[in-house]
Amino acid sequence: MSRYKHHSILPGFNLALGFTLLYLSLIVLIPLSAAFIHTAQLSWLEFWQTVTAPRVMASYRLTFGASLAAALVNAFFGLLVAWVLVRYTFPGKRLIDALIDLPFALPTSVAGITLTAIYAGNGWLGQYLEPIGIKVAFTPIGVFVALTFIGLPFVVRTVQPVLEDIEKELEEAAAMLGATRWQTFQRIIFPTILPALLTGFALALARAIGEYGSVIFIAGNIPMVSEITPLLIITKLEQYDYTGATAIAVVMLVISFGLLLIINLLQWWIRHRKAIA
Amino acid sequence: MKFSAWLSVILFSISLIDINSAWAERAILNISYDPTRELYQQFNRAFTHHWQEKTGEKITIRQSHGGSGKQARTIIDGIPADVATLALAYDIDAIHEHSRLIPADWQQHLPNNSSPYTSTIVLLVRAGNPKKIQDWDDLIKPDIAVMTANPKTSGGARWNYLAAWGFAIKQYGGDESKAREFLTRLYKNTPVLDSGARGSAINFIQRGIGDVLISWENEAFLALQEYGHDQFEIVLPSVSILTEPPVTTIDKNIDKHGTRDIAQAYLEYLYSKQGQEIIARAFYRPSHSEIAKKYAHQFPAINLFTVNEVAGNWQRAQRIHFSDGGIFDQIYIYQ
Repeated sequence: MSRYKHHSILPGFNLALGFTLLYLSLIVLIPLSAAFIHTAQLSWLEFWQTVTAPRVMASYRLTFGASLAAALVNAFFGLLVAWVLVRYTFPGKRLIDALIDLPFALPTSVAGITLTAIYAGNGWLGQYLEPIGIKVAFTPIGVFVALTFIGLPFVVRTVQPVLEDIEKELEEAAAMLGATRWQTFQRIIFPTILPALLTGFALALARAIGEYGSVIFIAGNIPMVSEITPLLIITKLEQYDYTGATAIAVVMLVISFGLLLIINLLQWWIRHRKAIA
Repeated sequence: MKFSAWLSVILFSISLIDINSAWAERAILNISYDPTRELYQQFNRAFTHHWQEKTGEKITIRQSHGGSGKQARTIIDGIPADVATLALAYDIDAIHEHSRLIPADWQQHLPNNSSPYTSTIVLLVRAGNPKKIQDWDDLIKPDIAVMTANPKTSGGARWNYLAAWGFAIKQYGGDESKAREFLTRLYKNTPVLDSGARGSAINFIQRGIGDVLISWENEAFLALQEYGHDQFEIVLPSVSILTEPPVTTIDKNIDKHGTRDIAQAYLEYLYSKQGQEIIARAFYRPSHSEIAKKYAHQFPAINLFTVNEVAGNWQRAQRIHFSDGGIFDQIYIYQ
């Protein structure tokens, strides 16, 4: 309750909320609901057949599987990067800090073409990887690499400010009370940054699921093997099958929204638990 | 002056230029597919010059390039195109079917089924032809990696597919199940299905992937011109498909814009001697007999069949081969 009181100091709540809802409707809700309306032209049976066709099912497995793997890897390494950037000073730190945002700024297709060039059989890395049996470009691993690339900044940029805000005193107190470094991390630092880490993970995951530009060049796009779901949407559009395309889009929307909701609930639960404790 | 003041001055002058040109000059917009970018840059220059000489009017031609299917969709979705110059008739048929901007018989409005130039599908191999590829049936040998784009997303790749299909149908005396088997083996040899024809050319040429690229003849010539004859060779298969990229005016739009005269003259100029010369130099096969004779050395005679001969028409080809559940899907899904 006290939270509302605090906010009510600011004037114009009604106006601001009204504007927020209008803006969200124009930018997010109306365009997205168009997908649902368009899909409604299909009967349930047609819808079900479209979204569960073998090729489409294979693409869900790849898209959601690779996105999940990429977001998990980013959660781990993103935390590591944020940690290093917050806790240590070293020459070139500013430069590395700026580099983190590059995947945000780079046009995704440029990223895709660059990654493909590097990991192809005659590329900088590909020429060493392929002889030892690791094919990256034009396989599902390539999809994973591209999704990891575009997801990294989300984790770093959400965890970094929280890490910066952690009070040194807490750690010092823990050390005084005889905690090992690992215990301090486990009991003090990690619980504090966990909600931010989850947010970063969720953002990286959501971005990866919808990613098209960077993946399409490195994926190889072999049906049943390395086709991502957004490519199938394009495939439907190439056949002027607008309803089929929106049907698959609706499935992606629902799954993505479900995932984001779960992660948000998880975050809320963690914060809530902490607040009670 | 402050930065913002400078900025507004600059913006204002830009808007003046824009308004001037918009008022003074009529303009048409040509929506085309990817590989014709260089062709239409040349052609537009020639046509604006020609139009000014003929009528005294200065006009502007805007061009937009992308995947053929995607370009057709932007027209359906309302881009104010005056003419469409796409990779296959199926995409222009779709404009009629989904938007009614053009009549159903659009293809009868200009000579040669509204295709001012043609091309064909050839095989591009690495210099010296190390895998000794001579014809389509070499592509299904076990140790050959074939580069072609995904026919589900690329108009060019649909021509590639139908070229191979037509060969197989002829080879096996019309036996469709054998032709299907042939294509299954061919696509088993394809390690990458790029979403567009240019992408698969880049994979073959720059990334060194694959032994043979199935390619439009004009693209193959461009590769030789860019990278040199010591890098690649063109192999002409025993038979191939006659690719007929069609053009049309977008009737409802030109009437609205008042640009019918320009749009029509623009497309007709493609058939003129001057237009055909530019077309031939962009490595497309000219249809004008005189120009064709002049460039005969560049385009060796090859046994060509049409889409209609192997599939009836584009609508049928699309339905049987490329639509969901079609033969191309079956190759991958029901093995």
